[in-house]
Amino acid sequence: MRRCKSLLALFCLGLASMGMAAHAQTWEPTRTVEFIVPAGTGGGADQMARLVDAIIKKHGLMKQSMVVVNKGGGAGAEGFLEIKNAKNDPHKIIITLSNLFTTPHATGIPFNWKEMTPVAMMALDQFVLWVNAETPYKSAKEYVDAVKVAGFHKFKMGGTGSKQEDQIITVGLERQTGIKFTYIPYKGGGEVATQLVGKHINSTVNNPIEAVSQWRAGQLRPLCVFDDERMPYKVKVTGDMSWNDIPTCKQVGVDLDYLMLRGIFMPPGVTDAQRSYYIEVIKKVRETPEWKDFMEKGAFNQTFMVGDPFRAWLAKEDQRHFDLMKESGFLLKK
Amino acid sequence: MNTHQQSDRSAASSRALELVIAGLIFIFGAAVVFDSWRLGARWGDDGPESGYFPFYLGLLILVSSGIVFYRGLGDKKLAAKSFVSVAQLKLVLLVLAPSVIYVGLIQGAGIYLASMVFIGFFMMWLGKYGIVKTLVVSVGVMVAFFLVFEVWFKVPLPKGPIEVLLGLA
Amino acid sequence: MDELSSLMQGFAIALSLKNVLYMFVGVTLGVLIGVLPGLGGANGVAILLPLTFVLAQQPGGTTTAIILLSCIYWGALFGGAITSILFNIPGEPWSVATTFDGYPMAQKGEAAKALTAAFTSSFVGALVAVIIITFLSPVIARFALKFGPPEYFSVYLLTFCAFVGMSKGQAMKTVAAMMIGFALAAVGLDPVNSQLRLTFGHMELLQGFDFLIAVIGLFGIGEILLTLEEGLAFKGTRAKIDMRVVIDTWKELPRYWLTSIRSAAVGCFMGIVPGGATPASFMSYGLAKRLSPDGEKFGTGQIEGVIAPETAAHAAGTSALLPMLTLGVPGSPTAAVLLGGLLIWGLQPGPMLFVEQKDFVWGLIASMYLGNIAGLIVVLTCVPLFAAVLRIPFAIIAPVILVICAIGAFTVHNSMFDVWLMLGFGVMGYIFKKLDYPIAPLVLALVLGDRAETSFRQAMLGSQGDLTVFFSNWLVGGVTGLALVLLVWPVIAGWRQNLSAVR
Repeated sequence: MRRCKSLLALFCLGLASMGMAAHAQTWEPTRTVEFIVPAGTGGGADQMARLVDAIIKKHGLMKQSMVVVNKGGGAGAEGFLEIKNAKNDPHKIIITLSNLFTTPHATGIPFNWKEMTPVAMMALDQFVLWVNAETPYKSAKEYVDAVKVAGFHKFKMGGTGSKQEDQIITVGLERQTGIKFTYIPYKGGGEVATQLVGKHINSTVNNPIEAVSQWRAGQLRPLCVFDDERMPYKVKVTGDMSWNDIPTCKQVGVDLDYLMLRGIFMPPGVTDAQRSYYIEVIKKVRETPEWKDFMEKGAFNQTFMVGDPFRAWLAKEDQRHFDLMKESGFLLKK
Repeated sequence: MNTHQQSDRSAASSRALELVIAGLIFIFGAAVVFDSWRLGARWGDDGPESGYFPFYLGLLILVSSGIVFYRGLGDKKLAAKSFVSVAQLKLVLLVLAPSVIYVGLIQGAGIYLASMVFIGFFMMWLGKYGIVKTLVVSVGVMVAFFLVFEVWFKVPLPKGPIEVLLGLA
Repeated sequence: MDELSSLMQGFAIALSLKNVLYMFVGVTLGVLIGVLPGLGGANGVAILLPLTFVLAQQPGGTTTAIILLSCIYWGALFGGAITSILFNIPGEPWSVATTFDGYPMAQKGEAAKALTAAFTSSFVGALVAVIIITFLSPVIARFALKFGPPEYFSVYLLTFCAFVGMSKGQAMKTVAAMMIGFALAAVGLDPVNSQLRLTFGHMELLQGFDFLIAVIGLFGIGEILLTLEEGLAFKGTRAKIDMRVVIDTWKELPRYWLTSIRSAAVGCFMGIVPGGATPASFMSYGLAKRLSPDGEKFGTGQIEGVIAPETAAHAAGTSALLPMLTLGVPGSPTAAVLLGGLLIWGLQPGPMLFVEQKDFVWGLIASMYLGNIAGLIVVLTCVPLFAAVLRIPFAIIAPVILVICAIGAFTVHNSMFDVWLMLGFGVMGYIFKKLDYPIAPLVLALVLGDRAETSFRQAMLGSQGDLTVFFSNWLVGGVTGLALVLLVWPVIAGWRQNLSAVR
């Protein structure tokens, strides 16, 4: 068995070097690729990673196999630290969520997006303000007014994690409208949506994919989307509404846009050829019907970015998170 | 105790161990209390702070281990009792020491080689098996694990220079 | 009887020769996953995903794919008990409580009996849970929605109160052991406000102490070291290993019907809530010990001490699938991976699944019945084989077990640090056991500590620090009240004894 494998490896090496002669730029994985999710099972990032993995397997987009590994310890730091420390290893990739920016600022755990290799932005995730469908609030304005009348800390906002995207948006909403919620952190988006259905909290800022099922069942109601523009999807999701029918929060007086990165990173020190390989795979994934279906179901913003524009975007977002967290008092007290 | 046979001699009295362990737990408790205080152990505006629960856990650890320590000091019966005899300790170390070396070996040589050596060592040294049987079992078991974990279930295990050389890592 | 006809339809879909074949394949793989602490349901799904795509292209293939995946889940639930009983090493977290009496039984030479009892109880627990899922799912889904942070905390409190206050030995040592467990659970990132706790600047401690590593060390390695004192051999090697044991054990089991029913109820409740299979097994063991006439003898190899946790764990594991399907919230990590599997077929778990994907749901429920039957057949026929493992010479089996433990510890976070930690816990388990520090409360505190703290603090955030929230409605008040009664039960029992003595 072992000899077989080693012979095979030699053969592959030979092939690879022949390939190298022809195209100096191509590279392919030589063993199983680890796809790290810096969050627990069942959340938005995990769902997307598992979908990408399944699409790659179904359409045979990679010759080597891939395995999804959850490393959510320390608000995702476990996964990011592993990538940061796996210098030059092209067989590890990681999917990101906003904790790429928030975790180091909030906890002081030493990692930074610059210490990894950005590969591509796959999509951006939207945030929507949700309330229980049995409550009377029909618009964001009505809801904000009700919170205002009730007074500070009377309404409960549920969200994923502490000092992360959900709480940043909550604080942003509070500062713009002069209201105050009691923010309650939960483990994941699914749990948050369920808690809202059970009326243990008054509102959430769930991503569309996390709450779409409850929306369609008539249990939750979307009030506004935290973006400059409406979401483009015009196919009816419920009987009478599409994603496009949800107004932006700007239209109701809250000037807050926040999108979450769903991107891919690699360890530091990998070559351009290795990076290009994964970019090509992601491009192919984005062409599949399963991916398009998922994008529509979760009302994702389908911006795709690689290379310098992506780096510039990351630098800007990192600074923005730092500023937002500083304003909110979320930075680690030294 | 000196009148006992060599093999039944006590390596440590139960009281000695009781005091050492209670002491270690006390130190652990002190560390917990110290770090919780640093984080804030009060009841804040919106419920308990980060260090609130650990702080009291730490205090309970300090109190309980302190009592165990105090009781142990005066316990004559415990002092006379053997925690472990020399013969027993030898048997335990016979397995524990190789295990520690084994884990160290994994770090350098990867889990496959280290485990083969570990299983082989036990078989030849404790079981007095022949070299052929030993090799068949130790290599066979690890090849089975390789197939189950790496090939079948795609779980990467630690590998060393040998695997790299074989192109498996 | 809408459910019955839907279910029959489900059976019709699930019962083909091909599906039954895949059922056995899935269960066998699942047992393997359950036996090896290094493998979890995630790995099982990972290897089968490509296969399911091939399957899904054939007519009726989606059902086959689901059967295959869910049977892995059943197999893993069954398999966890095997190493717990044979070597005191829990293959999965929910089989920790099975070691308490299962391992002593094996030492007495009753390994086969303990295995049979464990497998049969697992089956009974699952069956009860599936029946409940079949007929009561809408009611249960509504009930599960009633659980907010205060309710969760009350359930954790109940688990604790059901389990503690019954360990023998010095009270101070029990307190110390349990607090150590809680403190270890607090290590890492505080989930409520993202502060690092008790890490002292060490990044290895970031993810805290994993339950599985502590358990492999404290129970598995600790027990091996303890056994060694008496010579280089395992006890119980002369276990009977023929199939007659199965029949003999079955004759004995109906005697414990009350324990079975109670444990199944506890398990279903904990699975639906969802508190999880691990707390369910602890709670059920604790209750059985208190309420059984043989309670005093628990821990010395009582068959009831195997029945109680196994029934509850399997009932909880099965009913945990229900919140996943109807709410989209996975009740266990394996359920989460199954949920990931659903997404790939374009199925969105949640309230609409039962409405829009009737065939799928009833096919899955039918496969729960069939998969468990297949599982029981597989594991029972293998009882002699498992028991025979104890006959392998010590010089071979001891190092192999240590290798399995090392692999298991490593795979949790892919870190060597954890393997060292496991050895450390092993030495700790050995010394603690010899000095009469109870290990079970430590482990329970470790597994429930952070969850209990998180839900307590969520509740406090919500109520602005008002403790009466734990009695604010009949549900949370009832559970909290029950917990407090259980906590002071030994005191009450003491009074009653005193009173009758006075009379």
